[in-house]
Amino acid sequence: MRDFIIPQYPPGDDRDMGTPARSGAPVTLTVDGFPVTVPEGTSVMRAAALAGIMVPKLCASDNLEAFGSCRLCVVEIEGRRGTPASCTTPVTEGMVVHTQSDKLRRMRKGVMELYISDHPLDCLTCAANGDCELQDMAGAVGLRDVRYKAPEERSLLNHFATRDGAGINALYVPKDESNPYFTYDPAKCIVCSRCVRACEEVQGTFALTIEGRGFDSRVKAGTIGDDFLTSDCVSCGACVQACPTATLQEKSVIELGTPERSVITTCAYCGVGCSFKAELNGDQLVRMVPYKHGKANRGHSCVKGRFAYGYAQHKDRILHPMIRDTIEEPWREVSWDEALSFAANRLKGIQQKYGRKSVGVITSSRCTNEETYLVQKLTRAVFGNNNTDTCARVCHSPTGYGLGKTYGTSAGTQDFDSVEQVDVVMIIGANPTDGHPVFASRLKKRLRQGAKLIVVDPRRTDIVRSPHIQAQYHLPLKPGTNVATVTAMAHVIVTEGLFDEDFIRTRCDWDEFQFYVDFVSDPRHSPEAVEMLTGVPAADLRAAARLYATGGNAAIYYGLGVTEHSQGSTTVIGIANLAMLTGNIGRPGVGVNPLRGQNNVQGSCDMGSFPHELPGYRHVKLPDVRAIYEQAWGCEIDPEPGLRIPNMLDAAVEGTFKGLYCQGEDILQSDPDTHHVAAGLAAMECVIVHDLFLNETANYAHVFLPGSTFLEKDGTFTNAERRINRVRKVMAPRNGYEDWEVTQLLANAMGADWHYTHPRQIMEEIAATTPSFAGVTYELLEEKGSVQWPCNATAPEGTPLMHIDGFVSGKGHFMVTEYVATDERTGPRFPLLLTTGRILAHYNVGAQTRRTENVAWHPEDVLEINPHDAEQRGINEGDWVRLASRAGETTLRATLTDRVAAGVVYTTFHHPSTQANVVTTDFSDWATNCPEFKVTAVQVSPSNGPTDWQERYNEQAERSRRILTAAE
Amino acid sequence: MHVNAPAPTEEEIRSVVTPLASLEGPLLPMLHALQDVYGYVPQECVPVLADVLNLGRAEIHGVISFYHDFRAHPTGRHVLKICRAEACQSMGANALAESTLQKLGIGWHDTTANGAVTVEPVYCLGMCACAPAAMVDGRVVGRVDDARMDRILAEVGA
Repeated sequence: MRDFIIPQYPPGDDRDMGTPARSGAPVTLTVDGFPVTVPEGTSVMRAAALAGIMVPKLCASDNLEAFGSCRLCVVEIEGRRGTPASCTTPVTEGMVVHTQSDKLRRMRKGVMELYISDHPLDCLTCAANGDCELQDMAGAVGLRDVRYKAPEERSLLNHFATRDGAGINALYVPKDESNPYFTYDPAKCIVCSRCVRACEEVQGTFALTIEGRGFDSRVKAGTIGDDFLTSDCVSCGACVQACPTATLQEKSVIELGTPERSVITTCAYCGVGCSFKAELNGDQLVRMVPYKHGKANRGHSCVKGRFAYGYAQHKDRILHPMIRDTIEEPWREVSWDEALSFAANRLKGIQQKYGRKSVGVITSSRCTNEETYLVQKLTRAVFGNNNTDTCARVCHSPTGYGLGKTYGTSAGTQDFDSVEQVDVVMIIGANPTDGHPVFASRLKKRLRQGAKLIVVDPRRTDIVRSPHIQAQYHLPLKPGTNVATVTAMAHVIVTEGLFDEDFIRTRCDWDEFQFYVDFVSDPRHSPEAVEMLTGVPAADLRAAARLYATGGNAAIYYGLGVTEHSQGSTTVIGIANLAMLTGNIGRPGVGVNPLRGQNNVQGSCDMGSFPHELPGYRHVKLPDVRAIYEQAWGCEIDPEPGLRIPNMLDAAVEGTFKGLYCQGEDILQSDPDTHHVAAGLAAMECVIVHDLFLNETANYAHVFLPGSTFLEKDGTFTNAERRINRVRKVMAPRNGYEDWEVTQLLANAMGADWHYTHPRQIMEEIAATTPSFAGVTYELLEEKGSVQWPCNATAPEGTPLMHIDGFVSGKGHFMVTEYVATDERTGPRFPLLLTTGRILAHYNVGAQTRRTENVAWHPEDVLEINPHDAEQRGINEGDWVRLASRAGETTLRATLTDRVAAGVVYTTFHHPSTQANVVTTDFSDWATNCPEFKVTAVQVSPSNGPTDWQERYNEQAERSRRILTAAE
Repeated sequence: MHVNAPAPTEEEIRSVVTPLASLEGPLLPMLHALQDVYGYVPQECVPVLADVLNLGRAEIHGVISFYHDFRAHPTGRHVLKICRAEACQSMGANALAESTLQKLGIGWHDTTANGAVTVEPVYCLGMCACAPAAMVDGRVVGRVDDARMDRILAEVGA
């Protein structure tokens, strides 16, 4: 059987098997005398590969459907005429396959001879030398000579010679270097179509095509006059990865050479948590290649993860600790010891003067679980208070609250593979093609297979309509009316009798359901009644609700458009209600899935970053939970919940909160109402910023501790599907210490006695104290690649799907979702509603991506405005406009688009020069204080330059970034 | 459409193609309709077709460029296609084509200076029994020799 062959290849074997895996009844066949059993529908090529026999191939790759164009993979099958292509031939029971014979060898050699006759023979100076499938295949088939030559009188009849004497080759197409990360060299192209198919099948962008036919065929991005940058290309790199030659090649490989070793690690951008192979020469990172066995991304990536890692080497990165007495002074570079004792003394002094609770920490959703755990431990065990919060406060804290109350856990219910079995997808307040691109690609693949799509978003995002994708219903609600919309959908499901009574009777609390039915059936929740509020046509809403309830496996994916509202928690509860009503919980293809913003925002919540919760979401007031940590840490834990970020800032302005250790987060740029944040920070006596760059918050800092990148440390990230992925150190930290070491040094400077020597010891402590992580060890992660929590005695290999037989909280809880309009209202002075979001090329505050070539796609934030509103205000495409709200004003450029409805404007918050959050207000979610980023009443008017505030801010920022280098 | 006509507007293109949108496999009928109206497939059509059919721009370009019959440029008032397939070549089509192009002083795909005629190669008109064959504005002509070609050229005013 095949088992005696397979062990030749180690676990994690990522050979290209040629064609995708299939599932089906087992079929046994013989390949070159070896019996092999594979699922029905598998290709002969894949069956041979599973038996350890690699059939030569060029146009096949196991992330693409078979194409059958290169004719190199021909085989002989007993009882069949001719030489079928093994990639397109499915296996049958008892089939006898021969992959080698004289005839096959001659045919393959002939095919290769033809390929090579139109390919330059500059292998030694080629960027793909040693990493070229064409080269490998020429070797594999034993190509020794090429008989085919261009005719004498037409010596330029090829695609690679630029000229011959005076003759210029009209067929030669020069290299396209427009993309900042990779080049397209048509001279080396063998027109195998792998790039075109990868763009279509894997990424789903349809930016590439084969232009012309026959000998004229060339790969082309876009249409006539386009290059890669101006085409629809989103630079995901799937084509570069698919290319068997140097035709599509990373510029980094061209410059640095082919890598010789690789380390598997996890991307530090969005919450999808893609696994990557970091490929290196020594400690020089050459390229990032998505890892095909990564369970979140399945071998795909986006422009950020694959290419935008250059920030680690950017000149702005700070590598030495710095201190200053006041924020008016320039920074002074000092030793680690001096910086840490300066920080510790200040914090201790503050605590002596203003009390134990006058200092706190903000944990980072970009750092590892282990680092986050240490930071919250720092405040609980060393500072002696619960003043810890994290950036989840400003994104998914309502998810934690809403799903916790209804289902009993504050996390998504599914894994990403679940999307492959979904029939109806409802996306609410999320823009996956920009925010979570790899998930979007997997979703689009399923949509192209026929799944239905409902999009609830004020803006016509790309997922509503893009090549081969068309949402069945787009409900363009007015910002701030999520609850009314979601409740109206529930109204339709309940009043039309579309709910799943069996599910509700067995899985949910029936009395609560009765109460909920009374509430939701009220005619004031009908789509017709709320149409005036939401702006969503009642007929569309009814049809969408019917589709969701009756269309088969229905899954909801939602993002910050749900949570960042004054009623964010209520909307999450409303979404949870919808899934329970229709029984769409607890099996593959359904569920409620928050799309997490940052790489480890799930993890930072799990690790007890919130002021009221110890790790594992256990309230700090519970004595038995405190006892676990009091014993583990040997200290007493304050039973009173601490301050949330907004409370810290309020308290700072009032003068009772004086010191802050802020790891890997830029609260000044990412939090709402910048004026208030700045005032709070300015009022503190010791702000410690631990980051890669002098971010905006650092303008108000007294101590700067340089951070390390995800490439420079060990640890784990937890992605949006609760998957704990390993982060592996691929190079030494340029700043000298991994972030967890810095936190430990600070704790010890404050008098703690911590002796962690590796993050695995921190994970052991987490596992020992947190039930949902009880089974997690680095050994298990090494063996499994990743696990999804809960991982404990009942689920030793983790939990891909939650709530299968019952909710974590026992019964599911229906809760009423009364719509209460936000206090942020439009009026004569501020007649438009601003909503904010992000864009593919940038991540969060842009601190990382702005320091990469990604600025080629998005050099500044722009304001999207409907042409109708623009005309009323005399605004043209590209004009500078002033964007003002009750909180503040800024200027940026406008772009006219009907993606946004009249009355709504939209911008991103990636660039500090714009500071979109100057205009956002301090309204926030009633339950969790998550700020209302998504609704601000604004006015837009023509402008001719930056506002006074922007100029003052820039001047202050520049002044506060001065650095005096250490005296020599 | 003549050489100096203004490029078609998006509305014009939409009005040509949208009536065909309900067909099964509508892209090729749309391209034919555009070529019928304009004499070529203007580049401006690509984004419009991509939008109407919800396809990528690249896909539209791939289809247009695959078919030699879809032209990217306006033609002269008449189009003369000379068959260059095997049967016609064996009956002297190459010499006929060469002398025709020489007479007109143009190359393949070019239009005469007076805008009268564009000459294009074609690979088999299904007229092998009457080779060498040609086609003038959709009308096939068999057994084309120099004399007959001269008459054709005179007819189209070249």
